[in-house]
Parts: sequence; C-alpha cells; structure tokens
Amino acid sequence: MKYVDEFREQQQAKAIATTIAKEAKSERHYRLMEFCGGHTHAIFRYGIPDLMPDNVEFVHGPGCPVCVLPIGRLDEAMQLAEKHKVILCTYGDMMRVPGGKRRSLTQAKADGADIRMVYSTQDVLKIARDNPGQQVVFFAIGFETTTPPTAVAIKQAKAEGLKNFSVFCNHVLTPAALGAILNTDKPVDIDAFLGPSHVSTIIGSRPYERFAEQYGKPIVIAGFEPLDVMQSALMAIRLVNENRNVVENEYTRAVTRAGNTKAQALVNEVFELRSSFEWRGLGLIPDSALQIRAEYSEYDAKKRFLVQAQPVTDVKGCECPAILRGQKKPMECKLFGTVCTPENPMGSCMVSSEGACAAYWSYGRFRSEAS
Amino acid sequence: MCLAIPAEVISIDGDVAQVSLGGVKKEISLALVDDVVIGDFVLLHVGYALNIINQEEAEKTLQLFVEAGMLEIQS
Amino acid sequence: MKLDIKNGKVDMSHGSGGRAMAKLINELFIKHLNNTLLRQGNDSACFQIPEQATGSGRMVMATDAHVISPLFFPGGDIGSLAVHGTVNDIAMSGAKPLYLSASFILEEGFPLADLECIVISMAEAAETASVSIIAGDTKVVEQGKGDGVFISTTGIGVVPQGVNISGDKAQAGDAILISGSMGDHGIAILSKRENLDFETTIESDSAALNSLVADMVNAVPQIHCLRDPTRGGLATTLNELATQSKVGMQIKESNIPVNPQVTAACELLGLDPLYIANEGKLIAICAKADAENLLSVMRDHPLGKDAAIIGEVITDKHNLVQMETCFGGQRVVDWLVGEPLPRIC
Repeated sequence: MKYVDEFREQQQAKAIATTIAKEAKSERHYRLMEFCGGHTHAIFRYGIPDLMPDNVEFVHGPGCPVCVLPIGRLDEAMQLAEKHKVILCTYGDMMRVPGGKRRSLTQAKADGADIRMVYSTQDVLKIARDNPGQQVVFFAIGFETTTPPTAVAIKQAKAEGLKNFSVFCNHVLTPAALGAILNTDKPVDIDAFLGPSHVSTIIGSRPYERFAEQYGKPIVIAGFEPLDVMQSALMAIRLVNENRNVVENEYTRAVTRAGNTKAQALVNEVFELRSSFEWRGLGLIPDSALQIRAEYSEYDAKKRFLVQAQPVTDVKGCECPAILRGQKKPMECKLFGTVCTPENPMGSCMVSSEGACAAYWSYGRFRSEAS
Repeated sequence: MCLAIPAEVISIDGDVAQVSLGGVKKEISLALVDDVVIGDFVLLHVGYALNIINQEEAEKTLQLFVEAGMLEIQS
Repeated sequence: MKLDIKNGKVDMSHGSGGRAMAKLINELFIKHLNNTLLRQGNDSACFQIPEQATGSGRMVMATDAHVISPLFFPGGDIGSLAVHGTVNDIAMSGAKPLYLSASFILEEGFPLADLECIVISMAEAAETASVSIIAGDTKVVEQGKGDGVFISTTGIGVVPQGVNISGDKAQAGDAILISGSMGDHGIAILSKRENLDFETTIESDSAALNSLVADMVNAVPQIHCLRDPTRGGLATTLNELATQSKVGMQIKESNIPVNPQVTAACELLGLDPLYIANEGKLIAICAKADAENLLSVMRDHPLGKDAAIIGEVITDKHNLVQMETCFGGQRVVDWLVGEPLPRIC
C-alpha cells in the first residue's frame, strides 16, 4: 500500500534507532508524551519501545475520544435508545464501553434497544431515509478529525429536509485538552510532545504554537506510521537538547500550518464553542468542546428529546487523571490488572485499546518484569 | 486520535469518489476537500477524504529518514 | 403435486410433521443429501461400527451451530460452512470423519429456492470431504423469530492408531505452523455487512481440512496439537493452546502469510488480521525435528500451499503469546477483547 509500506520499513527503523541512541544524551532522561491514541497504538503494535534507548521513554496521553468521554454522556445516549426508542447509530468504538451501571451499548442492544454500528455519517443518513417513521440519532464522538463529517451530515439533512435525523454531539477539541494537561499545579514531568497526526490535518500545526511558547515544551507533529513516530522522537530529542520550545512538523505530507480550511469553515458553520465540557479523567475544561448552533438546533438531539444529564463520578482509586498527565504509570494504580482489565475497564485509560492502561495491559505489562 | 489511511482515487462522480486501498475498493465522500483528481492519494477517515497527500513532501520525509539513518554510518 | 421450489416459501405446515413436511424432506433434503443410511427414514440411522475404530478403540464427536449473516457470501454459504465446520472440528483430533447429522431451523417465509441452494452446497461439501449426512431434522419458526435458516451439525470420526493429538500437548521447543493466509473468511463476510460495504476479491477460505490432516498425520503421527483458528482468529487460538498446554509462544509477524487485500481491509477498518476468523485453516504444533517434514507435506496439499512455520513454543509462566513485529520490536499478542468491531480511532 502506497504511503504506508514505505513508512514501516524495518531496516530504516534500525538505522534511525541507532542515531537516536547517539543523540539522546546519556546523562539525562527524555520523557516524550504521545498525545494521540493512534500513536500509542503504533508504539505498542510495532514494539517501538524495544528500538529506543533506555533513557527515552514514551508517556501515553489522553488517547482517544472514547477514553475521555464521561460515562454520563454514554448513559444519556442509552437513554435516547431505551427511553425515547430512537435508532441510535454509533461508531464501533463505543459499543463495548461500560456506562454508569457497568452496562454497555452492546448490552443495551441485547436488551432490545435498536443500536446500530456505522462506519460513516453517510450510513446514518441512509438509515434515516430508509426508516422515515422512526427517529434516528447519531452518537457523535471524536476530535477535530471526526467533527467535519458530522457537520456535512447535518447540512445534508437540512438540505434534504430529513425530519427524523438528529445528532447527540460530543465532539471535543485537542488544543484545550493539551492545555488542561499542561496547566496543572504539579509539575508536568514531560520534556516534549508528539502532536496528533490526523487532528492536525484539519486544524493545522498553528494552534499548537501558543502552547510551545506558553508552557516551554517542544511539540513535534508526528505522522501515524512507526517510522514517523521514530523520526519525530529524534526531532523532539534534538529540540530538547537545543532547548528550543517550538512546533516542528514531521508529517508534512499531510499537515500544513493552516490545515484544511474548507473543513474548518464547515465545522464553524454548524458548531460553536461550548462554554465548558467534562472530560473523563481531566474534569471540567472550558472551551474544550462543541455544540450545535441555534440555526441547526432542529438537528440537536438534546433539544429534540428530553434527556436528563447524568453526572457520574470517576471510580474511587482510579489513577487515570494522573496517568493521563504522565504523572503516574498504569502499574502504580491499585486497580490496574486487579479490578480494572480490558474486559472490565474502570477508568478512561483502560476503556479503549488505545488508552494508556489498555495499551500497556495488552502489549507491555510484562515488559518491565522481563527487562 | 483518529484512524486514517491513504487511498488512491480511481473514479470521481460529483462529491463521491471511489478509492482503492491495496486493491480494496470503497466509495467515499469528497465533501471536505477540493480539486481532487483521479490518481490523487487522499487520507480516508470514516468514509471521508480529509485531504490530498502531498507526493513531494512524502518523498522529502522518506529522504529525511535516510539521512537520519545515514548519520549512524558516517560518524 | 410437486413442491414449488422455484417460487415457494417455507410455511408453518413444513414444520408440522404432516404430509407437507414429508414432501419437503423427500423432494429437497433427501433428494440432494441422498445416501442409503439417510434413506432408511427412521428416527435414527443405524450403521456398523467402522473397523478402524476397533483398532484404535477411539472415536471423536463434535457439534456446531451455524448462524451467519449474510447466508450467502463470497466463497461459500451457511450450508458448506456447516459441513466444513464440523468436519474440521473432527479432523483437528487427527480423526477420519465418517458421518454427520444436520438439523435445520427454518423461518416462515424463507424462499425454498435459497434452501435448495444451501442443501445442494451441503451435499457437495460432504461429498468433497467424503462424509455422508445420515440423519437430520427440520423445524419451522414464525416469521421474525429466526434469521432465514439456522443449521446445527454434529459429526463422528475415528481416531487412527498411534495418533493422540490434543491442545495440552505443546512443549517448549516445539515448532508452530499454520496452513495458509489469515483473515480471509472474516474479511469476506465483513465486506458484505450492512453499512460497511467495501469491494474486495477476497473470498471465504471455508474448506474441509480432513484430507490435508490425513496427509499430515500419515507423515507425522506424533503431531502434538492441531486446531482451526475460527472465531477470534490466530491470536485467540494460540492463546487458547498456550493456556491449555501451560506454555508461552514466540512468533514472527513477517512469517505469517496475510493476503494483501486482507491487510488493506484491516487498515481501512482499524482491525488486526491476527484476530479475524478463518474457516479453512489450521494451526499445527509438533516437535522441532518434524517441522520441516510436516511443512513440506502441508505445502504439497492444495489447502496447505501457503503453509509456514511462524514461531516456536517457549517456557513462560505467564503463558503469553509474544511476537517479533515486522518492524523489529516485540509485542504481546493478547486474547481478543469483545468483538472485532471496526474502529475510528
């Protein structure tokens, strides 16, 4: 596959690994936070830690929209399906996530709710057209990469006059989450960040610049493939060595400074900033999510259906808030591997296969014992 | 954060395109991009093209990998 | 009046035990599954104890329920799948499959023409695997209570002398082999799944493996383990064997054959080919000394032409399956968690 295989080439990986070992000063430790779950997945999927010198460590960030979505929002989605008897459409990632009473959408489906997995918002529109007599609600999750497709669907529904389509919007914003991680009283023991690849194809590299300056941390926008991750790690190490707190872009084949302006315009037309939003593990963060604008409120499921907000506190003893900030490792959490496992995830970092604890559980948990 | 994969555009019909990824074909939406032509590679995410992959930049990055690897041989 | 297979539909009378049911059984099931034991027409089929069984004194039995959507998919259908599934379960003990039974749960309104296609493909699959379907049953449920047709099959087979294959016999130092590419069946099915349609030339690998196993057992009777990696794929099945044998496994990703289109479809959907179902592949574990011989025997058979040695059994108190990735690093290959659903992040 073009633009894929050549970015996974093993010989090249060994060569870059040797250069990293040479340029990473032995007297210091480099803690690089990969902010995006996609990178966490690539790091463990390809065993990149084995190619890194001991003093270069990956610290896993907030991961993905599934990890950071508060349980309460999932319960509200279930309410839509069970109480309001809508057809609830969702991406596959959300099917297995346990809600408030440890019940997932898969279990709600087994109990009779009409919950359907979709690959694209176009599928949701089709389901709405095919079932004119039933209300269809799209459970919209995701960062800036996944928001434009929801905007397109809402605009299309309006153009077609689709009366039975609406969106339960949970779209969240990357820069705000990055800020929430950095803006904390305890020192953030992270030397540099690997910025997300596909969020950045939409928002560009510019939005990260103010964080590099304000918090004095270099940020490298990294591509998705393993060689991209290694090259970005090398670039980050160089920036740390030269003490330059700037943004550099490794993923130039897909990310520009301005990003995808057409997608940004579409999103701004349909959505607006939400004053604050609760993130699982990070708490309430101002200006960190989007809501549907008034002129499209007809397509806002929260306005079309009465849904009680479901405040749910995180599980006691769960260290996700600290793990998300790289202040703790999964094994330092009492619940890790005992109560909290991929089959029975308690906190955000174990929920999706890309969360820090889930990735560590399935790919790396015996690595520390072995080494 | 989001899974996206480069796919080659093999036919276009208005806002809809057919792409091929290693021989697997899929119909996707071009609503988020402009001026896509057949033969372009686009980044595909949840059935939408996010942008057009810059061929020149891709080659530059691959060259960067080679140079990064080269250092190890010279010094 | 002959059964109108072309336009007819299953209706409640076909499950009532009366003349309509007898007509369905004679003009559709027996017509295609045609063999003397089935034609006995009793409540059970009576047969002589096969002489090979008296030799080793051991027989095996296996049963499977088959529910699949869509019923017809590239490379097969629920009928051939039902026969292959049970034949393979028997073959995985090294046994020679002899007889199968099949019971059908039909949904009111299901087209008889589709039912006939399914029964014909069952007959063909049985013939290829040289087994006969000697007993059966049909029940009908009301519309909406079934998914067209469900089939459950049971089979019996005879274990040859000197063959003692089981999932707990893997030992450190053993070689791990697979008979071909991973993930074909699962991807063929997913490509036809509603909301997911993508186009691929990948077909299900659904096939009866008993003739391949017969060659393997003939050449290396002391094979330790045999198992077909169906649901949960290679990763899940290797973990099952590792836990059963209380061993660890070290495999090499670059040795595992995966069809390029399966790799591509998995990239598209965010899936991992190691977890995708196969219906015509097997895993074999044998002593290192027998590995090359077993490999060549497998490659000589059409169903084993892409066979490969993918790793070895090791001692490991955690019973982990570990893999050297195509990129050089090491990775743990864990059990499947939940369903392999396409993901967006």
